[in-house]
Amino acid sequence: MSDRLAVRKTFKLYLGGAFPRSESGRTYAVTDARGVFLANAAWASRKDARDAVVAARGAFGTWSGATAYNRGQVLYRVAEVMEGRHAQFCEEVAAGEGLSAGRARAVVDAAVDRWVWYAGWTDKLASVLGSANPVAGPFFGFSTPEPTGVVAVLAPQRSSLLGLVSVLAPVLACGNTAVVVTSRDRPLPAVTLGEVLATSDVPGGVVNLLTGDAGEIGPWLAEHDDVDAIDLTGAPPAQAMELERLAAGSIKRVLRPPAEEPDWSADPGLSRMTPFLETKTVWHPKGV
Amino acid sequence: MTHVLDPGTLAAGTRPGPGPGTAFDDVTRSDAALRAFLHGLPGVDQVGAEQRAATLGTRSIKTTAKAWAIDTAISMVDLTTLEGADTPGRVRSLAAKARRPDPTDPTAPSVAAVCVYGDLAGVAKEALADTGIHVAAVATAFPSGRASREVKLADVRDAVANGADEIDMVIDRGAFLAGRYLEVFEEVVAVKEACTRPDGTGSAHLKVILETGELVTYDNARRASWLAMLAGADFIKTSTGKVSPAATLPVCLVMLEAVRDFRAATGTQVGVKPAGGIRTTKDAVKHLVLVNETVGADWLSPDWFRLGASSLLNDLLLQRQKLRTGHYSGPDHVSVD
Repeated sequence: MSDRLAVRKTFKLYLGGAFPRSESGRTYAVTDARGVFLANAAWASRKDARDAVVAARGAFGTWSGATAYNRGQVLYRVAEVMEGRHAQFCEEVAAGEGLSAGRARAVVDAAVDRWVWYAGWTDKLASVLGSANPVAGPFFGFSTPEPTGVVAVLAPQRSSLLGLVSVLAPVLACGNTAVVVTSRDRPLPAVTLGEVLATSDVPGGVVNLLTGDAGEIGPWLAEHDDVDAIDLTGAPPAQAMELERLAAGSIKRVLRPPAEEPDWSADPGLSRMTPFLETKTVWHPKGV
Repeated sequence: MTHVLDPGTLAAGTRPGPGPGTAFDDVTRSDAALRAFLHGLPGVDQVGAEQRAATLGTRSIKTTAKAWAIDTAISMVDLTTLEGADTPGRVRSLAAKARRPDPTDPTAPSVAAVCVYGDLAGVAKEALADTGIHVAAVATAFPSGRASREVKLADVRDAVANGADEIDMVIDRGAFLAGRYLEVFEEVVAVKEACTRPDGTGSAHLKVILETGELVTYDNARRASWLAMLAGADFIKTSTGKVSPAATLPVCLVMLEAVRDFRAATGTQVGVKPAGGIRTTKDAVKHLVLVNETVGADWLSPDWFRLGASSLLNDLLLQRQKLRTGHYSGPDHVSVD
């Protein structure tokens, strides 16, 4: 073996298209499934969450205003770049989740496939979920799904890549922008996903990844008046009801956490997209 | 910190205060004398000024001090709209916002003034009658200042006749940079005279915009500050907001030092108004810290320190709501200007 010095890593947040340190200056040690040190990660604070919401709000116009076709192309490009980082993802998933190399490869394959699957949905949502309504009068009535806005996502704690992709990709496919609090103990695949997003064509601010504790940042996001929806999947089970109560103050859409972290390899259907879509109905007089 | 001019060296018996008959009478006697005086001012240590401003900008202001700073900053805002597309309706809505910045919270203070173009000063005056909120009007061929003196003076008289309580004039940067200081001085003096209300009810306050972004150096900012104060400015203001860079902390520091030294030398207190580029509560609080540390609490009042801004007010209100409710607010909870 060579006697080369190890390159110790201290990862940063992905916020507004840039990689800043946490405003608080805090970091924490990330270990693998057996407790061996892997790297340091930024420990996001409530002010990082606030900045992330500002970035997500700023990016919402561009992202939601892009054509569905264009959004699909951009998301597909993300899957391409993920594929290029396949080996790195495998290593991180295997270390973090304690999987065998073969099992980790299957998980990463599934994650990339999941992303491609959601990329394909962008221009089909309107046809599947929208409708031309029968109305009793000389009018057309059209209903179309529209993105909800800024979505806070508390990502699954156990499944660090497939779970993350399964909650993030549907939010983006619908045209929302996201503030994601990653798995606290297994943040490294999320950090790499941030690097993937930064080098694909996703505009800065559309996805903001905060590594840290969902139990600490969750309440600030749930209460934030400028967050339109919150996905509580990765919330600490004991805190979930409290978060839902806080979210009620600003009438957010809330996606409740499952009782147990689900098997992410199952076909998700539309269940994770419809909660983050609003239906807009337009009436238009006929014959004009 | 040494003062630029030691008041002790002034000739005995001279009346303090700017303008004719003061201790500085002789420096405005001729172009050469004025140039000699302005160029005799000590140079600004650029690195030092930037470092000092940056250091003061790191002060952490929290909880009750932050609440006080936010309310003080709101009360110092000159709520500004200077667009070609300004309409009477827009000015009236701005005036409503000036009176009650946060309609959901009556404890939020009102702002110091509304700043508009001269032709809309009448609309603003009417909308702000009996509120104590001043109407500031920009004049003298704002923002470039490129017009003949007659046109500029007519601009000022027109704004004063429309009811402006304060006039924001721009100096002739071309003349200043070409070294024709006396010309600039005389123009400010002439504008000051034109600020007198025709009905004899006193005079509009004169704010002199130096447009420091076009003066390039801190030395020039210091000279222009002194020139404006010697000519009788009630306020010196950094920028029009139409040129970048606008108000920066170091240039504000240089101007604050100038008003401090001017008061020490003449006994006359002059206000300072940074304008343009101040968009966040953090920026505003940094300016308040700078004022307190440079010239002291005497200037921490809307009578002596103003913040020229439009989008700043919304950010101040969002932070105020955050302190009040304990959770973050969003842009849906303040009015769109």
